Amino acid sequence: MKRVEPAEAGSRPVFRPPSAGEVVADRIFHAGAHAAGVVVVGLLFGIVAKIGLGAWPAVRQLGLGFLGSAVWDPGRGEFGVLAEIWGTLYSSCLALAIASVLGVAVAIFLTQGFLDDRLAAVFRTAIEMLAAIPSVVFGLWGITVVIPALRPVAAALHAHLGWLPPFATAFSGPSLAPGVVVLAIMVLPTVAAISQDALRRVPDRTREAAFGLGATRSEAITRVMLPAAASGILASLVLGFGRALGETMALAMLIGNSGRISWSVFAPANTLASLLASQFPEASGTETAALMYAATVLLAISLGVNVVGTLVMACNRKAG
Amino acid sequence: MNALVKPRLVIAPALERVARPAIAARIEAIHYGTFLAVRDTRLAIERNRITGLIGPSGCGKSTVLRSLNRMNDLVASFRLQGQVELLGQDIYAGGVDPVAVRRHVGMVFQQPNPFSMSIFDNVAFGLRLNRYRGDYKQRVEFALRRAGLWEEVKDKLKSNALALSGGQQQRLCIARAIAIEPAVLLMDEPCSALDPVATRVIEALMLDLKRDYTVVIVTHNMQQAMRVADTTAFFSVDISSGGRTGFLCEAGPTEQIFHAPRRELTRRYVAGEFS
Amino acid sequence: MATPSPAPEAPDLRRSLADRRALSDSVLTPLLWALALLAAVPLVSVLHMLVVRGGPRLGLALLTELPPAGLEPGGGFGNAIVGTLVMVAIACLLSVPVGILGGAFLGFVAPESRLAAVTRFIGKVLTGFPSILAGVFVHAALVLSMGSYSALAGGAALAVLMLPTVMLTAEQAIRMVPERMTAAAIGMGCTDAQAAMRVVLPAALPGILTGVLLAVAGAAGNSAPLLFTALFSSYWLSSLSEPTASLAILIYNFSGMPFPNQIELAWAASLALVLIVLAINVLSRLVSARRA
Repeated sequence: MKRVEPAEAGSRPVFRPPSAGEVVADRIFHAGAHAAGVVVVGLLFGIVAKIGLGAWPAVRQLGLGFLGSAVWDPGRGEFGVLAEIWGTLYSSCLALAIASVLGVAVAIFLTQGFLDDRLAAVFRTAIEMLAAIPSVVFGLWGITVVIPALRPVAAALHAHLGWLPPFATAFSGPSLAPGVVVLAIMVLPTVAAISQDALRRVPDRTREAAFGLGATRSEAITRVMLPAAASGILASLVLGFGRALGETMALAMLIGNSGRISWSVFAPANTLASLLASQFPEASGTETAALMYAATVLLAISLGVNVVGTLVMACNRKAG
Repeated sequence: MNALVKPRLVIAPALERVARPAIAARIEAIHYGTFLAVRDTRLAIERNRITGLIGPSGCGKSTVLRSLNRMNDLVASFRLQGQVELLGQDIYAGGVDPVAVRRHVGMVFQQPNPFSMSIFDNVAFGLRLNRYRGDYKQRVEFALRRAGLWEEVKDKLKSNALALSGGQQQRLCIARAIAIEPAVLLMDEPCSALDPVATRVIEALMLDLKRDYTVVIVTHNMQQAMRVADTTAFFSVDISSGGRTGFLCEAGPTEQIFHAPRRELTRRYVAGEFS
Repeated sequence: MATPSPAPEAPDLRRSLADRRALSDSVLTPLLWALALLAAVPLVSVLHMLVVRGGPRLGLALLTELPPAGLEPGGGFGNAIVGTLVMVAIACLLSVPVGILGGAFLGFVAPESRLAAVTRFIGKVLTGFPSILAGVFVHAALVLSMGSYSALAGGAALAVLMLPTVMLTAEQAIRMVPERMTAAAIGMGCTDAQAAMRVVLPAALPGILTGVLLAVAGAAGNSAPLLFTALFSSYWLSSLSEPTASLAILIYNFSGMPFPNQIELAWAASLALVLIVLAINVLSRLVSARRA
């Protein structure tokens, strides 16, 4: 190899040890990074603390009876969120039931070879677009499209099956049903995406084994793929449930904001989040504290579900 | 493989005979947590020579190499007992900044690892890091010429380095390392991820580099050590205490290690009886 | 001597619907198609309504005029667009630096530490956080002490929702930087800060940007946190510490009004909002595709 002379006389080594500035910058970087982590942790504790503190006067005054009473009367100083807790849980469960069937079906549809790859990609994008649509837009759509569309259906169900509790009342426009429909649509992308992931993580050889044994496609799906992906699908349901619990705007616009407890899906209802949305701006004094108490209840429920969901996802990751 | 229990004799002819080595390592033990990875290694790296570290897998040669520039500090459980003197200064003494140590010692890794930036910026990286005040273009060209890469990249210095072939990327990493004229250049199996043609190119490069640089190379390829290294240090594995602990078995001129080894283990390794 | 068993009859390999297994298999495909299309119907319907009800109203007036009161005709929501953009910008200023630093902490500085494990867990829990509670929190923390609703409070509430997403996607992007590239930087004598600034973060930038854009898209459409932090305003933005209009709240307010003009504007605003959100989503896909 040709000998190459350095251009400068005697190439001197270039290195310098890190300057004081560089060392300080490194320390600041380390400190800043740690601080960012602390901020996130502190944020959760701060939220819990702030909301809990705001709720404290109401907690002291109303105690646990708050959770058992369905009366919300600021004038008389009586507050209770039983109806809202009922509404939150009932609407979220119903929405989850619908979203789980549709979401898992979509996931199976997209991962088990029912569509060629390009069409599947288009469909997958469409479902993801569903997730991108803001909640208020769904609310507006619900008012304009879903409620009128449900009217004839509800009338028919109430007329012929009115003896069943869910159909026991006449359709009142804004009610549980349109809220549940829209909520299910909003939760669907979450369930579909995580279930798709779970199904894709089942190794190909498992699928091939099922077919090799002579299973039909539906048998392979129902007896082999779904059970194999079960824990991931379960995680999708828990996280979907968590999303449903926290949903505010669309429900506030559709659910009727009435503090009644009823099995009927055609009756107006209320959720904790909608209660906050509708009452908070005008509230003062004890009502504000009572609303903070309601917020604490919502916080507890959704944090609980989210923690469970995160743990389930983490266990899935570990199991591989 | 049949490593026998070795008596705890310390063979270090190279250490005593070498005057003013670039690196003088007296390693008593290297632990990862409770695991004893390396013991009893006394090694002298001569200036302007290529020192090859060979031995079977798991014998600690890479661990020892990475101890020479404190790269093992990145593993939380790493502990070294002993001294490693770089140009007369113990780099494991208290108060020594590992960052400063690494600026004096260049390292080329097994997998080529150029940064995701232009070829020019890759080579200039070390210059910028050390706030070099001279002519960057000159320095970059010089380093690329030394690495035998200039002709191939001189027209595309601004293009991304990751677009180069494996062998070119490795030569770029060498250029990047030598741009700052390091005291010692450490190479951890630099050719194992490359095809034979690229390997030959880099071996020829190494022979040319030793005129200006001190090189330590870890290789599992005995023929490569024979072709390239002036001094060879043979590491072996001691399984006497249940785990696999590496140690320096014998070190000396390459000729002597391969044709007239003094220790039985060395003789058996170079004869290909185990690997 | 064993008698040879009779030769087996050739099996009937044809598929017959009389076979129960074949029947249930044949049912599955149309069932899945039906369910999948059912899931797609809302999307089609929403897009259709957006175009049909919101489209006709699109025009320059929307950008230049203010929201109309009760029975007023015409009007626009220029201030709401500005308000949304301003509050999203404030949210970015608050959440992006902290989020990226947090991602660097989780992915590079101390990924195995206990604080990192806790932060990661809490970050994941917070990503599903009810958006209205972010509003309640910022209301209690900022609005009460500032004495008024403000764009700052609105932006802060959005930042609370953006931060976990930005941090976790930044962590993923940083982890995807090959370890050998980081080793090369450390081997050259970079301090951690220099390795992060000069090598790791630049290499992870497309992934980080994708995460930020996704978080921004989510924040732009979020109305619940703004309900009690920014409230609403029918005037142009004049200061950051006043109630501020936003597209999302405008839609919420107007959709409940009995005036057709307002309902039309609500649809037009919905179309505008969905277009903005979709544009950001497309942008984030382009950024992540560029990285590949």
